[in-house]
Amino acid sequence: MHPILKLVVQRIALGLLLLLAVSAVIFLGVEALPGDTAQAILGQQATPEALANLREKLGLDRPPLERYFAWLGGVLTGDLGTALTNGADIAQSIGQRLGNTLFLASCAAVISVPLAIILGLIAARHAGKWQDKLISGLTLTTISLPEFVAAYFVIYLLTQVFPVFLPVASIYGGMTFWQKLNAVALPVIVLVLVVLAHMMRMTRAAILNVMQSAYIETAELKGLTPMQVIWRHAFPNAIAPVVSVVMLNMAYLVVGVVVVEVVFGYNALGQYLVDHVSKRDLPVVQAVGLVFAAVYIFLNILADVISIIANPRLRHPK
Amino acid sequence: MVDDTLLSIRGLKIEATSYPPGEPAREVTLVHGVDLTLKRGRVLGLIGESGAGKSTIGLSAMAYGRGGVRLTGGTIRLNGRDIRQAGPQDLRSLRGREVTYVAQSAAAAFNPAKRLMEQVIEASLAHGLMSRPEAEARAISLFRKLGLPNPDGFGNRYPHQVSGGQLQRAMTAMALCPRPDLVIFDEPTTALDVTTQIDVLAAIKEAIRDTHVAALYITHDLAVVAQVSDEIMVLRHGRMVEIGPTAQIIHDPQQDYTRALVSVRSLEHVEKPPAPPVLQVEGITARYRGTHFDVLKRVTVDLPPGQTLAVVGESGSGKSTLARVITGLLPPSAGRITFAGRVLSPDLKGRSRDDLREIQMIYQMADTAMNPRQTVGTLIGRPLEFYFGLRGAERDRRVQELLDEIEMGKGYAQRYPAELSGGQKQRVCIARALAAKPRLIICDEVTSALDPLVADGILKLLLNLQALEKVAYLFITHDLATVKAIADKIAVMYKGEVVRYGQKSDVLAPPFDNYTDLLLSSVPEMEIGWLEQVIAHRKMESAGN
Amino acid sequence: MRPPLSALIGLTLTGLFLFSAVFAQWIAPYPIDASAGKVWEGPSADYWLGTDSIGRDILSRLIYGGQVTIFVALASSALAFSMGAFLGFLAAVSGGFVDQLLSRIVDLVMAIPSLIVALVMLSVLPLNLTVLILVMGILDSTRVFRLSRAVAMDIAVMDYVEAARLRGEGGTWVIFREILPNALSPLVAEFGLRFIFAVLFISTLSFLGLGVQPPLSDWGGMVKENKDGLIFGKPAALLPAAAIAALAISVNLVADWVLTRTSSLKGGRGG
Repeated sequence: MHPILKLVVQRIALGLLLLLAVSAVIFLGVEALPGDTAQAILGQQATPEALANLREKLGLDRPPLERYFAWLGGVLTGDLGTALTNGADIAQSIGQRLGNTLFLASCAAVISVPLAIILGLIAARHAGKWQDKLISGLTLTTISLPEFVAAYFVIYLLTQVFPVFLPVASIYGGMTFWQKLNAVALPVIVLVLVVLAHMMRMTRAAILNVMQSAYIETAELKGLTPMQVIWRHAFPNAIAPVVSVVMLNMAYLVVGVVVVEVVFGYNALGQYLVDHVSKRDLPVVQAVGLVFAAVYIFLNILADVISIIANPRLRHPK
Repeated sequence: MVDDTLLSIRGLKIEATSYPPGEPAREVTLVHGVDLTLKRGRVLGLIGESGAGKSTIGLSAMAYGRGGVRLTGGTIRLNGRDIRQAGPQDLRSLRGREVTYVAQSAAAAFNPAKRLMEQVIEASLAHGLMSRPEAEARAISLFRKLGLPNPDGFGNRYPHQVSGGQLQRAMTAMALCPRPDLVIFDEPTTALDVTTQIDVLAAIKEAIRDTHVAALYITHDLAVVAQVSDEIMVLRHGRMVEIGPTAQIIHDPQQDYTRALVSVRSLEHVEKPPAPPVLQVEGITARYRGTHFDVLKRVTVDLPPGQTLAVVGESGSGKSTLARVITGLLPPSAGRITFAGRVLSPDLKGRSRDDLREIQMIYQMADTAMNPRQTVGTLIGRPLEFYFGLRGAERDRRVQELLDEIEMGKGYAQRYPAELSGGQKQRVCIARALAAKPRLIICDEVTSALDPLVADGILKLLLNLQALEKVAYLFITHDLATVKAIADKIAVMYKGEVVRYGQKSDVLAPPFDNYTDLLLSSVPEMEIGWLEQVIAHRKMESAGN
Repeated sequence: MRPPLSALIGLTLTGLFLFSAVFAQWIAPYPIDASAGKVWEGPSADYWLGTDSIGRDILSRLIYGGQVTIFVALASSALAFSMGAFLGFLAAVSGGFVDQLLSRIVDLVMAIPSLIVALVMLSVLPLNLTVLILVMGILDSTRVFRLSRAVAMDIAVMDYVEAARLRGEGGTWVIFREILPNALSPLVAEFGLRFIFAVLFISTLSFLGLGVQPPLSDWGGMVKENKDGLIFGKPAALLPAAAIAALAISVNLVADWVLTRTSSLKGGRGG
């Protein structure tokens, strides 16, 4: 087998193993925490009978490992159980909302990725000059803002000071694509702001790293134009680090989306998760947590696989 | 008469902004008004220690300042025009066409993502000098001329797929491909093993001669530059010390500094007679954990008290591993070590404090061998405290004695390593080793990171201390000149085995085995025409090819 | 050496925040729950920063809220730091099985975003300050673990550590005299970054209603209390939001400065 294929397969297998371990942590780890799930749901005033009933309903009387495998089996067949609070089918609820979350996240990604790379390039090209300092200063500020803080500044600015948008973002069936885009404009702006800073900083560092290589000097000393130097020599070597940077930041996006959905009352997975954490609806929380973890792990695998493929030493072994 | 001047530099001044940590940035002058003339087809050697400004001057022939270096004064006339005043377009048309560059580390200078052929012919194509088939044909003929294996297929490889010596040749091919007027060689063989260096040097010399190109050859090694250049310019602290034909610089230097450089390898050491050993290494075989390969194979050597055993070999010969085994850092899989009449525990943990005290170690990089957060006083004082229980004023007095012994005097005990020069750092490491009153000091390449004159000072100091303290040295080095200067006994190592061992006079006297012959013949001698003789008489190809 | 302007600003602001947090009881003009004025009043002589969603003095709430935010963040970052650094050094120095075990556990925890893990845990655990500090501290200790392990490993392979071992020095000298002094400065800068992370983390949790619970209130909670005013043009929610940002930025400035100072100490000759 070609060594690259082997590495990629290894990396994917490792990712799946990690996901399995994560599922165990989400299920069994939560079980191991102090605190009685039934008590937590029903509150301090619950009667012992009610508690016993609920435990039986949740299957809490069975050994944890048995319940874990039952749950895992369900997950693999697409059965995530039902919500404690309203008895709704969790898989179905997630299915409806996942699309909305992905729509929001992809809009943010489509804007932030090229923007971050361009800004990172500009900052790297003018490293130490005012363009770089300006960009770095601004990003230092946005890095220091939690998502919801950035969100309210944006909301105040764009709905009150310059009223361009409505301060809610709900999308529902029957909206055209353009209507949907318009509806998510504000949350997308917030997400872009938050992700952009990290992504741009890391892109800048990755590109600077490549530009300081001796082979870039070699290329300059061949009398190549700056464009030729960047295109032929910097670019092929910068792909892998920049792609890693992008993927890592997509992972930031996964977290950012949870908070932003709550801020804007955007009916999607993050909102659903936070709602059910407050309601202490454990099956829902575990299922949604697993979905977020899976997306996150998938992005990390993708980042690693791309940098494996982009490495000439691995592509052309001795 | 036709003016055959290719490059003429007058009053060149080069400045840079220095950013000392924690201090405001300041302007420093790297080169103070240097003049230089190079005729077509001639080779000028630029020689000096680190900081002499030789690379900076070399790159100025392409009007290039590395890392914010600025050419601020003087004229640089190349082919009749002043390139210091040239615009970016002009500069691009001269770089890679009229002047090309060969860097010290070809491994870093090649783009890892592109095939060698693509990079070798790139400048020729970018400047429209030849068509692709023409360029490829020329590259292949250069590969052949430079002695690269399988010249037709060589260009299809990626940089990481070929050896360091081959990459350096490929870089030379890359520089020669566009038929430039001038090639700048910036320490092209310094990073290579000594036996490989000679072959690459010979290849470069031949290529220069055959293509009639002019060259600036930059190096810190006078013996190397003497082999390739017609003229030599000696530089120091950004100023010219002396310039002259190679023969005159080597045989009749006019300046004290040049004389010091020429005589740096002429340190002579009278061999001490054989004596009963203090250290006996018997049948040592060792491998690193998790590997299936013996780094040392049945190594047997011994060393009398107050004498020096030099262990010579190239990288990968196992010479540093031998030091690790003797110190107990790497327990051997077979064999034993006897020291001062007692068998040492193979493992560090099993050794007594006296065992540890009597064997001390000095490292190649003094920078990493000293804790940057400890003062010189603490560094030297700790062994005094640890082994002899010295405290307070008594300890301070002994620290000062040791500082005097290493010729550093007062006022250093309070300093941190970062405030010392390279040579001073190594001296402090020597003092730290001496503080333990050892019977054996293992010196692992202790001079190879230093400039020649500084290294010379360290060697002299070590010899004086040996006479004074009667301490034995196990001296690990790849540099035969150093060996000749200090050794009483020599062990030549090759691929984990001792291939030749004995008193210095015996080891260095013929008849030689093939490897020792190769190694001995690879040490550049300060003698014109030496390179050709060596290449003609070699029995064995170097490993790096 | 004089710190640069940005670091001075950072130091001053950080000092100011710490001061007002420690002396909140003495400097706040109104008691924490005194609802004195009308709802969402603008700034006035009585209420310098106006009033909140139920007419309480925002300045006083900010000062008390800062006390909670800073206390929780400090406690959890201190926990993260001591736990992470201890285990990180342990893993680096002992190596082998201990290192493998600790490193794999950390890999596992870091395979999921902290916020998601925290949400899952908080869906079962009771919501009080102790639990919050423990959850945040333990989750964040994984990052400190990775850094201190890496730093210690870098230092442990240095020749001067080998020289100490060859001299026969014991583990205490090696760790406390050779490794720790060289590891300290990067770790100090890291403490600043962990503190910022904890501030952002607790604020986010409180904003989601899963952090500090009433009657206590931190800055994140204050944003939540006042967010509805924004769409009526009442910017009260922006004040605690700005406080969070200001604290994070000023600590960031200080940490940046410590970090550059550290790296400059490493490079060869000081002169």
